[in-house]
Amino acid sequence: MTALEGLFYGLGAAGLLVFLSGTVMVLTWLERKALARIQLRMGPMRVGPHGTLQPIADVAKLMTKEDITPSWADKRVFWLAPAALLMPALLVWVTIPMARDLVLRNLDMGLFYVIAVSVLSVMGLVMAGWGSANKYAMLGGLRAVGALISYEIPFILAVLGVAMLSQSMDITRIVDDQRSIAYIIVQPLGLFLFLVAGLAELGRTPFDIHHAESEVVGGPFVEYSGAHWAAFMLAEYINTFTVAALVVLLFLGGWRWPAMPGDGALHTLLSLIWFLTKTYFVILAIFWIRGTFPRLRIDQLMAFAWKVLVPLAFVNILLTGLVLYYDLGWWVLTILSLLSLAAAFYIIFGRYGSRAERMTVRVYSTRELGLKPAVRPQAAPPPDGSPVQVDKAPAAGA
Amino acid sequence: MVTPSLVLFYLAGVLTLGGALGVVMSRNIVYASLGLIVALLGVAGVFLLAFAEFLALVQVFIYGGAIVIVIVFALMLTRLEDFRGLSDHKQWPLAALAAMAIFGVLAAAIARTAVSTQERAEVGFTVLGERLFTDWAVPFEVVSLVLLVALIGAVVMVRPTGDRN
Repeated sequence: MTALEGLFYGLGAAGLLVFLSGTVMVLTWLERKALARIQLRMGPMRVGPHGTLQPIADVAKLMTKEDITPSWADKRVFWLAPAALLMPALLVWVTIPMARDLVLRNLDMGLFYVIAVSVLSVMGLVMAGWGSANKYAMLGGLRAVGALISYEIPFILAVLGVAMLSQSMDITRIVDDQRSIAYIIVQPLGLFLFLVAGLAELGRTPFDIHHAESEVVGGPFVEYSGAHWAAFMLAEYINTFTVAALVVLLFLGGWRWPAMPGDGALHTLLSLIWFLTKTYFVILAIFWIRGTFPRLRIDQLMAFAWKVLVPLAFVNILLTGLVLYYDLGWWVLTILSLLSLAAAFYIIFGRYGSRAERMTVRVYSTRELGLKPAVRPQAAPPPDGSPVQVDKAPAAGA
Repeated sequence: MVTPSLVLFYLAGVLTLGGALGVVMSRNIVYASLGLIVALLGVAGVFLLAFAEFLALVQVFIYGGAIVIVIVFALMLTRLEDFRGLSDHKQWPLAALAAMAIFGVLAAAIARTAVSTQERAEVGFTVLGERLFTDWAVPFEVVSLVLLVALIGAVVMVRPTGDRN
């Protein structure tokens, strides 16, 4: 690597960092405005016209806020957690192209790289949950691991479907292959799987059980404040942008579909604008979903991943493989994919929807089951009447 | 001569060794598991320097992503006090001996291997996949059989036995 190349990569990485931070600021404003619209409110209005300067005020507030460390927290793990979450979120962008040649480094295995690196971010949530020495944070961390590991499987399998269609894991090549027909038309089932599993990976409503405010009061981030809390939010919004960008690149034809005129610098500029427009549409859809659906309960969430999404993902791969092997036309795959999507919706809304109790937990009393009540060993109060000894601090802080 | 790749190699080596030492020396089991993730990512770095990009990504994905997270998940469900004095268990000389023996075997094997003078070349993952699913299809299937056995074992172990009480 020459010094010039080093300079190029350094500048590129810095530019990417600035771009992503700016995007996050736009996204926070956009999300508050979109949710406000859905709930018939105005949203932020005070700072700047229509609250457009609100993100700057937010950043100033967060940076000047006191950064509190809980006294029982494991300091090292507590402070490393935001970095462990933010690093993968940024590293993923090394290989995500925003237009032809507008990418830091296009990798042969770009898609695999994106998946492998993004998996690491779970670690940050776990570290935050454990390091905080807070029961809610801990439960949030546990929930995050459970949900993220489950939804990773349909997420990866949906990506695999696209890789099969394009016979490549190079994201630029996948976009080029969609010049005549976007994969949303070929594989609507794949898009559905990817978007749903992606939302779950992001932990956005309706899948936000790991920071469900009504249950675990904010999950792994409860104890964080100020700049460190801001780092978590930065990672969350960058990940949202990443998933939206991946939906555009893998299923909506990126900058190629439909045709993109011009060449050279003009082409790059137009491509970038087209790509960002599509991405923001996907992001608005994500916000719309957040404003519309209530949160799933944790058992429903896990059941949905393993009983609906994983089988559907296998069906998707099987259909794609059959169509590719027998060299049938792509319209065959479109029809098959749509049919299985319809079947999936029938199963979700038709069967589970009409008989809601199928998806709920019924708690039976021992009498209903005709069983003897279980005898629980109860701690006898100390004879001298002193109060029962309470457990010491939670495990952390060795 | 100091080339960037040499510097990176030593960096990866320091990460791997440091992480591994952290695993065995740390008295805090959670720190040990975090050391494990550092060590495994260091190994991924070594793979990357050997132009084995696919292996490096698999290393990050499987070990860094899945295995360590499951370990940490299990640790979070336990109490830290249960693991006090884990690293100075009285069997440690035996463990050290076993580790040294494995190191000796591996080092001898590596030292005996003729160093290829060929230019290092990237092996595309398409080629890798083709070889894996044609020439090495049977070993591959055997490995997946092992996973199946592990899955069935897990189901058997958590299967409820006897009545509800």
